[in-house]
Amino acid sequence: MSRQAIQRLGFAVLTIVAVLVVAPIFLVVAVVVFRGLQGISWEFLTAMPRDGMKAGGIFPAIVGTLLLTSGTALVAVPMGLGGAIYLSEYAHDNWLTRAVRLALVNLAGIPSIVYGLFGLGLFVLFLRLGTSVVAGSLTLAMMTIPVIISTAEEALRAVPTEFRTVNLSLGGSRWQGIRRIVLPQALPGITTGIILGLLRAAGETAPILFTVAAFYMPQLPRSPLDQTMALPYHLYVISTQVPNMPGTIQYGTALVLLALVLSMNILASVIRTYFRRRRQW
Amino acid sequence: MVDPISAKIRFEDVSYAYGKDTVLRNIKLGIPSNHITVLFGPAGSGKSTLLRLINRLNDLADDTSLTGRVLLDDEDIYAAGTDVAALRRRVGMVFALPLPLPGTIRYNVLYGPTLGSIQKQADLDSLLVQSLQRAALWDEVKDRLDSPANRLSGGQQQRLCIARSLAQQPEVLLLDEPTSGLDPISTAKVEESLMELERECTIVIVPHSVQQGARLSDYAAFLLMGELVEQGPDKQLFTAPKDKRTEDYVTGRFG
Repeated sequence: MSRQAIQRLGFAVLTIVAVLVVAPIFLVVAVVVFRGLQGISWEFLTAMPRDGMKAGGIFPAIVGTLLLTSGTALVAVPMGLGGAIYLSEYAHDNWLTRAVRLALVNLAGIPSIVYGLFGLGLFVLFLRLGTSVVAGSLTLAMMTIPVIISTAEEALRAVPTEFRTVNLSLGGSRWQGIRRIVLPQALPGITTGIILGLLRAAGETAPILFTVAAFYMPQLPRSPLDQTMALPYHLYVISTQVPNMPGTIQYGTALVLLALVLSMNILASVIRTYFRRRRQW
Repeated sequence: MVDPISAKIRFEDVSYAYGKDTVLRNIKLGIPSNHITVLFGPAGSGKSTLLRLINRLNDLADDTSLTGRVLLDDEDIYAAGTDVAALRRRVGMVFALPLPLPGTIRYNVLYGPTLGSIQKQADLDSLLVQSLQRAALWDEVKDRLDSPANRLSGGQQQRLCIARSLAQQPEVLLLDEPTSGLDPISTAKVEESLMELERECTIVIVPHSVQQGARLSDYAAFLLMGELVEQGPDKQLFTAPKDKRTEDYVTGRFG
């Protein structure tokens, strides 16, 4: 075989591998969209479920997921950002920060069901929050904080040190440099990290299983201490726990969840590209 | 040796080390007020460290030790309770590479003043014009004060950095090889503006070449491996050095 032929063969193999990698994603999306669209209607999006969830809509699950995601953001964004700023801008390299970093890496690797059990123990039982939106949000926040810290820290570190030195040499405090130069420069990276972290929280089932999710609750939560339905758990329930569930409802729910998560994902990419183009150094 | 009374900055027996690595040994030096002082020597001689001791920028490094005293207007700037931010407003610094902050020309020049007390728009405007004029950049940028600073040429960026320091109305201006990245024409412009500035400001510069040192020197100090070998007024070190090592260095026998 000539060298050109070998090269062509090599490229062909690589192309096939690349297609094989992305094919499942397109398949999943295609199937969900195709079968899900049949189930989507105005009523499906805005009505309460009826007849043991076999009819009606998924409104409370949508609202529940939005509530939980907002609750998670409320806790995880300030804590994650604070942690990232501390680690990147203030912390010295000592045993404490090394331990914190090690913990972050390990937290990111913990299975989500373990977070769920921990949330049950700490928030639901020990802190007596009950199965509630608060307990669920806190549990999801615990899972999200490490993601936000590590992406935000990376974004902060990507800002050249020299800017900080210039700020100090002009008599600025460390915090003034962070607020006026470093944070604005790192903001696109931080925002993407936050969105991706929240996205994962929005799609998780295990952490909310014991801490907030209601099996069947055809009404909206009336207080933060109420239970709520949520899309991922609802999908799990109607797919595995209820016999004779119409496929349109299952796939419709999946489509709504997918659309929610995917649109946030796209938003993150748009923010990233937009700011990268405007970056000035 | 400069009469210690007229010195703006004095190093009294200063030794400095990073960990166990001593980079400055028993420096005794007086830097005259409203003149250009040139600190020169081969790489690793400690001249940048010496410069950074004056605005305490070396505070950022971990595990360092300083003995002796550094005095600005006869006050020990390493004394406990020194307001470091205030010190750095009095002692400006320009780095080897032009480092404009992300933002407009206006933003860069007024960065320092807006950190502190000056908030009145009229004051800021006049400060902007004044600083750019003193850095010999005004004519080139007066029509595009709100365009991004990084669109300027390297030489303009460096003069912008000088203007940014000048906007703080510093008493001392430190320059660490400010023209090392610049072409000869830009270098000449920077040097010209420095010679203008020395009337109102004490300037300490680490030159990027011996020749530049000779051009600018009102007072010069030669450093070698952390030791101050020789110091003297005007161009004395470049024309009639007393120490053999200084002579060897300025005539290009080593370095």
